[in-house]
Amino acid sequence: MTGPDILFGVYCPPHPQPLLSPEASDGYGKLRDAFETCRKRIEESEADLILVYSTTWPSIIGHQIQAHPEPEWVHVDDDFHFLGSMPYKFRMDVEFAEAFRDAAESRGLQSRTVAYDGFPIDTGSVVALKLLNPENRIPACIVSSNMYANRAETIVLGKSARDAIQEQGKKAVVVVVSSLSNRMFTEHIDPTEDGIHSAKDDEWNRKILEFFDDGRLEDLSQLSREIHGQIRVQKVVAYKPAWWMSATMGQHNNYTGEVLAYEALHGSGGAVVMLTPASGSVGDKEFDEDDVEHYHGDRGVLDKGAL
Amino acid sequence: MAKGEIVLGCLAPHPPHVVYAENPEQNEAFSEGGWETLRWGYNRLARKLKTIDYDAMVIFTPHWQTYIGTHFLGLPEFKSKSVDPVFPNIFRFNYDISVDVDLAEKMCKVAGESGIVTKMMRNPDFRIDYGTITSCHMLNPEWDRPLVTISSNRNAHYYSPEVMNEQASALGEACAKAIEESGKKVVLISSHSLSHRHFVTESPLPEDMSREHIYNHSQYVWDMKLVDLMREGKMREVIDIMPEFTEQTIAETEAGGLTWMMAAMGYPDYPAEIYGYQSVIGTGNLIAAWDPMEATREVVL
Repeated sequence: MTGPDILFGVYCPPHPQPLLSPEASDGYGKLRDAFETCRKRIEESEADLILVYSTTWPSIIGHQIQAHPEPEWVHVDDDFHFLGSMPYKFRMDVEFAEAFRDAAESRGLQSRTVAYDGFPIDTGSVVALKLLNPENRIPACIVSSNMYANRAETIVLGKSARDAIQEQGKKAVVVVVSSLSNRMFTEHIDPTEDGIHSAKDDEWNRKILEFFDDGRLEDLSQLSREIHGQIRVQKVVAYKPAWWMSATMGQHNNYTGEVLAYEALHGSGGAVVMLTPASGSVGDKEFDEDDVEHYHGDRGVLDKGAL
Repeated sequence: MAKGEIVLGCLAPHPPHVVYAENPEQNEAFSEGGWETLRWGYNRLARKLKTIDYDAMVIFTPHWQTYIGTHFLGLPEFKSKSVDPVFPNIFRFNYDISVDVDLAEKMCKVAGESGIVTKMMRNPDFRIDYGTITSCHMLNPEWDRPLVTISSNRNAHYYSPEVMNEQASALGEACAKAIEESGKKVVLISSHSLSHRHFVTESPLPEDMSREHIYNHSQYVWDMKLVDLMREGKMREVIDIMPEFTEQTIAETEAGGLTWMMAAMGYPDYPAEIYGYQSVIGTGNLIAAWDPMEATREVVL
């Protein structure tokens, strides 16, 4: 049986500077150019769905999936409101959103679609969709990042996305919106003096980008906990984007990786990366964590005879 | 000009469920009620507020999260719709609020002079967060007083709850100084729950009270520890144990609201007025007030 038709994946940052102020620094401009490269590739592809997983859309009640056919608003970022407003009107694939929800539920996840006028689509999703699909040529779908979800739940969510893509017969581009290191400066800065917050963050970012460049997405997934401990601010339980991206794209290392840009965004690490499925591999490793197919909820340990 | 003063401090949790349960005309969703212990507590505190002479409410909200300093609303009017990104099914509130920009600018200036990174927010498209709306609506459903909304700087995420405590204290002291210089009478609002672990599922009818309880007993015990200290007027001790409480219960105090308010009020050594405690989707929510005037201070519950 062949798998779902995922044309390629894009990993991109959530910050608004590439959209609102690309001229403010060389780095922001390079990120904008990289978004533009991705936009062209998407336009030239046969994609009929852009599926976005955004780390700046946190959820609590399971996994929320945007299902308003034409969400429209003028968004303003909490921190970078002075850069300007982000008016948007997107085209969502409602049928896919509902199929994704059903697939998630069938794998044991709590999931629901949301379709409310004025629902606050997050900065990361707005930036990605406005730059990658400015004319709404391709319908999109956005899924939240549950703040309590850990590895098993996130991997099952990715497999649910895969199920839905296959079931719907879509040709999908998978977009993950996330920083690399996400430690920002705590003061306002001159954009021309922007830089990665620390040497340690920069070194880890570059190591992650080596993996991306080699197409080693599943290896990055396996390194998620370490990445979280080293360079992610501890505001959620885990660094989940690589888990979700790898689970959605097939859990292997067989990609052609292209790091299109890596620049600082107010101290955090912003990279635009493309991963295209390929036949070669840098070598599959043996991994020691369960490959979860179905989510059964939190496991109790006190009633298992351990005490 | 007479010195300004803080006439009341309120701990006012903002689960949107309480607004949903009240069915105000501004909210699009309709409920059959629910969470009465909290709502009736809020109703009583709102009645007390009607007896107090004040010029503005100053609210510190966890749902305007900033990582680059502390921000203040800086335009006189905001009119739009607030949709809760987590509970959109129950909270879609059409708001029309006025802001005391003079007071906000004074707070921003004094805080900046004391070394705190600050920013005025002057984008007219900015959407007011549901924390601000929920707490303010429940305390003043007539919306007849201007607000100052202060963002919650999330340095706790970058450093530790101890650093949060230090920085929120400094902000509280700066805001108190600004209020004094303003000559205004101000109500402070710290908008948050205590323990803050949510259930990740929701009953088909959100207001089905047969499903509502605290997430686990340790959260409850910690919450009651804080309530006891508040009753005893030991707010310095509450703030001293705040880092441990915050870590143990993943409390919403991590944003710094209670520390900010207590620092602004000089760490009250008199009993708090307790108006109600109830869980909402597993989180622990307390409504309390600190009345500096002994003559009007009450034992409510």
